[in-house]
Amino acid sequence: MPKDSGIGASPKRREDVRFLTGNGNYTDDINVHGQAYVHFLRADVAHATINGLDTSAAEAMPGVVKIFTGDDFAEVGGIPCGWGVTDRHGEPQQEPKHPIIAHGKIRHVGEIVAAVVADSLEQARDAAEAIELDLSDLPAVVNMKSAAEDGATKVHDDLTSNVCYDWVFGNGEDDAMEAAFASAAHVTTLELVNNRLVANPMEPRVAIGEHNKSNDEYTLYTTSQNPHVIRLLMCAFVLGLPEHKVRVVAPDVGGGFGSKIFHYAEEAFCTHAAKACGRAVKWSSTRSEAFISDAHGRDHLTTIDLALDADNNFTALRTRTHANMGAYLSTFSTSVPTYLHGTLMAGNYKTPLIQVNVKSLFTNTVPVDAYRGAGRPEATYSIERVIDKAARELGVDPIALRRQNFVTEFPYETPVALTYDTGDYHGTMDKLEAAADISGFAARRAESEAKGKLRGLGVNCYIEACGIAPSNVVGMLGARAGLYDAATVRVNATGSISVFVGAHSHGQGHETAFPQVVAEMIGIDESMIDIVHGDTGRVPFGMGTYGSRSIAVCGSAMVRATEKIIAKAKKIAAHLLEASDADIELKDGVFTVAGTEKSIDWGSVTLTAYVPANYPLDELEPGLEETAFYDPANFTYPAGAYACEVEIDPETGKVTVERFAAADDFGNIINPMIVDGQVHGGIGQGIGQALLENCVYDEDGQLLSASYMDYAMPRADDVPFYAVDHSSQTPCTHNPLGVKGCGEAGAIGSPPAVVNAVIDALQSGGHDITHIDMPVSPSRVWAAMNG
Amino acid sequence: MSQVTMTVNGKTASGDVEGRTLLSQFLRENLNLTGTHVGCDTSQCGACVVHVNGEAVKSCTMLAAEADGADVATIEGQANADGSLNTIQQAFQDHHGLQCGFCTPGMVMSAAALLKDNPKPSEAEIRDYLEGNICRCTGYHNIVKAIMAASGQDVSAIAAE
Amino acid sequence: MYNFEFEQPSTVAEAVAALADEDAQALGGGQTLIPTLKQRLASPSKLVSLAGIAEMKGVSIADGVLTIGGGATHAEVAADACAPLAALAANIGDPAVRNRGTIGGSLANNDPAACYPSAMLALNATIVTNAREIAADDYFQGMFETALDEGEIITGVRINVPDGANYQKFEQPASRFALVGVFVAKTAEGVRVGVTGASEEGAFRWTEAEAALNGSFSADAVPAAPSADGMISDLHGTAAYRAHLVAVLTKRAVAAIG
Ligand SMILES: Cc1cc2nc3c(=O)[nH]c(=O)nc-3n(C[C@H](O)[C@H](O)[C@H](O)COP(=O)(O)OP(=O)(O)OC[C@H]3O[C@@H](n4cnc5c(N)ncnc54)[C@H](O)[C@@H]3O)c2cc1C
Ligand code: FES
Ligand code: FES
Repeated sequence: MPKDSGIGASPKRREDVRFLTGNGNYTDDINVHGQAYVHFLRADVAHATINGLDTSAAEAMPGVVKIFTGDDFAEVGGIPCGWGVTDRHGEPQQEPKHPIIAHGKIRHVGEIVAAVVADSLEQARDAAEAIELDLSDLPAVVNMKSAAEDGATKVHDDLTSNVCYDWVFGNGEDDAMEAAFASAAHVTTLELVNNRLVANPMEPRVAIGEHNKSNDEYTLYTTSQNPHVIRLLMCAFVLGLPEHKVRVVAPDVGGGFGSKIFHYAEEAFCTHAAKACGRAVKWSSTRSEAFISDAHGRDHLTTIDLALDADNNFTALRTRTHANMGAYLSTFSTSVPTYLHGTLMAGNYKTPLIQVNVKSLFTNTVPVDAYRGAGRPEATYSIERVIDKAARELGVDPIALRRQNFVTEFPYETPVALTYDTGDYHGTMDKLEAAADISGFAARRAESEAKGKLRGLGVNCYIEACGIAPSNVVGMLGARAGLYDAATVRVNATGSISVFVGAHSHGQGHETAFPQVVAEMIGIDESMIDIVHGDTGRVPFGMGTYGSRSIAVCGSAMVRATEKIIAKAKKIAAHLLEASDADIELKDGVFTVAGTEKSIDWGSVTLTAYVPANYPLDELEPGLEETAFYDPANFTYPAGAYACEVEIDPETGKVTVERFAAADDFGNIINPMIVDGQVHGGIGQGIGQALLENCVYDEDGQLLSASYMDYAMPRADDVPFYAVDHSSQTPCTHNPLGVKGCGEAGAIGSPPAVVNAVIDALQSGGHDITHIDMPVSPSRVWAAMNG
Repeated sequence: MSQVTMTVNGKTASGDVEGRTLLSQFLRENLNLTGTHVGCDTSQCGACVVHVNGEAVKSCTMLAAEADGADVATIEGQANADGSLNTIQQAFQDHHGLQCGFCTPGMVMSAAALLKDNPKPSEAEIRDYLEGNICRCTGYHNIVKAIMAASGQDVSAIAAE
Repeated sequence: MYNFEFEQPSTVAEAVAALADEDAQALGGGQTLIPTLKQRLASPSKLVSLAGIAEMKGVSIADGVLTIGGGATHAEVAADACAPLAALAANIGDPAVRNRGTIGGSLANNDPAACYPSAMLALNATIVTNAREIAADDYFQGMFETALDEGEIITGVRINVPDGANYQKFEQPASRFALVGVFVAKTAEGVRVGVTGASEEGAFRWTEAEAALNGSFSADAVPAAPSADGMISDLHGTAAYRAHLVAVLTKRAVAAIG
């Protein structure tokens, strides 16, 4: 019998009721009395010198409150980068100023050039059209390889080149790598593109700044995955405001996928402008603006080499990657291709020697930062594609080749600095083989062939590092923020509970899943527990939700705080029951003196905490509220194996995904329904990356895929039902719940499965094709088949 | 400015609008019915779908003036009279057909329009019908499943919950 | 959007009069025009909605002639037109778009990737306006260019129901418009093949294929792909790919007609 409440149950999501009835409270649904509207005049060229900017005509237009230019922000700080990477020579990354409004120079299409605040949005747009801009166009730097060349046009004049850093990582010293490759029985090499993507949460970003003249306090409503981080970055680095004067609220947020982690210019602008204009200022992004102002994702060019011995054991792996940073460093940009990518290059395999080289480059494009998976999908794609290619070159079964090289003993120290605490890769692969019905593939292929179609099966594994930690280690690696999280459990007199969590839910269902844990620990009904999140004015502190960290890190903080609550409640119960607190047991919401009938219920104890008439006041403070900060000892390592079956129409090159199966090991699971949903969504995005999505610039730095007319979002008819299995469970060894995190797995694990399947299908049709870059569009498949 | 009057979720609603005021704007800003969402400006995402005279339309691609005199239904009017979720809404909750909830109002309104014309749609028909409704969170699995369930079909065999 | 006045006349004559104002523009279903206005790419002073004009509504078939009102929505065409055209209309955009968008608006706009133009060419349709009748062959004049005069309204379309016809659409993955669409029709004047999505000149008739199919109406008779010169090349497909699809889709349409 599946449980119907507590850990491991799948209660219906409580947040659904408001979303299903139109009662969600998204940022754009908020209107502040007297608010003005800002329209940002954005650059329509990629690279130019601003010679002059005349706002006088615009200022005289109806409804205009105030117009801001780069000069107005010259004195405030730039948007900070949250991670300082040290390059191969021990030098810090090059870090240009990232202004709120372009000053002197435009560096990407979409950069803010001026901001018009007016009574209505249309008035602001009208006035923006009256701003006169005098620009001298400069050559745009778009292609990463040419950006890296000596003498290339520089995106930032004050930097030595377009190279942000040239980073080397892993245990493979140059000569050891040389030797390993020289002595290899087989070497497989692959050049591949990890296509640039736009995160595209369905809710575009919104920011509303408000300033209270009476107490000089600010409120920023924003579509953020981590309001405390935004407050910290904006106050400390950009606007120089005291944090206690600033409240950041991120109410219901319509998806993030990474793109709402970062601190954006529009947030700082609206906060600053609210005071400068003497009224609240609201900005609601259009989708068109989102394409040129939300941070993009991925965008790696990689060459990967895999060495194998005569028995097909992996002996060495080397990758060289160019990673696009765009024009400026977004919040976590520099960590994505390094510590979230290089550290994952061991994959699920015991390759003894690994060397990773990443060159991150400035280009005249929108900043690039984390997108669902962030670095780990790029690593997985490279590893799993090159292994697949090796299997085909060697004529061995791709699953067998993987199995042969699996890490099987834990803990396992990788050559790229991680320690995998636990896992069972063979067990997970067994689950996949069943879920995907791999033994039935041959028959399905025959059916497809009878219809004139090619059918392919692609399999891959992935490993993910979630809940990036511990803070002292990541601090040594360059992180400029702690990576703990916090939770406060406030028990009310009548026994109901508010849990204030630093994690932020924007689709992940925290409001349902987090109470399951507390309910299980205390033994009370989930309906007595509510989660509060997304408001720095209510939640003490938190680092937010990204990197699949919420339950593993914030959930652990919540467990610790709840443990403190239980410990104190037991003392109160002990006092009331005239026993020693060591003898008190808590079960199903009732405190019992062990071995006796003496008991008292939860509500009586909580009431006593607040009405302490009969209370050990000399030993215990009244009240029942506890906070815990939890800094994990290690990452968690979800891992899995995915399988995709595609059909290809050889006449048109169109690829359709016929079947998709995922077997994941997420350790213990709090709410299986939500976990499945997270995997489904990730797979949908991964299929999108593999077959459809592509963010493309032309050589002048104009974005060609600037709307849904050209950026292909996966739709319902692009994907099949997915078979997901997470019964392979090796609990995390170092957090109290034994959980690992599941938010990104689907997006990490699915792209290589799709591409591997495409190659399998094409080769089955006699085509000598070893690789096609993503997105594997019909046009590309056809070109490859007829190339 | 001119006045428009329409029936919205069974109640008469009027307001002053400009020629350019979109139906989505009128609903959100004049009537404070913020359940209708706006997710794009090229008429593709479907977060804004409402029913006008019983037919699904994208309220971001219709002028408020064009809806003058019309009967408009939005997500806010979908629940049963006693406030409980209607069959489609309930199926979305039961089958976890939503995550962030942003696409959800449009999905529910499109699903309602589909089931009105086609009470037992196949999986393929549902996927095809949802061409104009983009969801970034769910990978569509549970949306399709929820709509099948709402139409009374047995979904227990569909992989996973 | 720039602001504009809104008017909703109830007869074609009133609409024509209203459109005589400087910078007045017709509004069909708005499924192209409203997104355009949102981008501030047009600034009409007045929009004249054609939705209230009863004489522009309706889809009917009588004596082998299909008559479609210029204000008929794609959904109405999908419900009531002859099968091949109904199938085309049923696959334009999505259901909500089909409930608003009209055939008149689509033909007036003449998007190079729109579906209807290929059908109008293949079916040798007559485009009926408030002022005249225009043969499809004369009507389409290149991307977004038509024979319509300023203020002229498409009030309807007239088509002789074909002996057999079929539309094959290969969708552009993002917009879902036609990357290439081919409409093949067996008409009283012979086989006609209309192609959309492929050419920089907009929808066109593939006359080589027509000649071959008039000789032998079979998929095998369809000639090799037309030249890629002048075909559209963009991030969704090269010119050569589009040319290739023209032949593939023509074959499929012919096979479907049988
Ligand atoms: C998401 C989406 C997907 C789409 N997919 C497709 C597709 O797959 N295939 C396809 O072919 N189209 C597609 N379209 C376009 C759709 O078919 C439009 O409905 C059509 O192009 C325009 O028709 P309308 O009635 O909406 O015209 P409007 O947008 O109102 O007007 C378009 C132009 O025509 C003029 N006009 C309108 N009616 C008349 C008339 N009767 N006489 C003279 N001029 C007139 C207007 O002044 C304007 O210049 C799609 C649109 C959207 C939003
Ligand atoms: S908001 Fe209407 S379709 Fe996107
Ligand atoms: S639930 Fe988030 S977009 Fe669909």
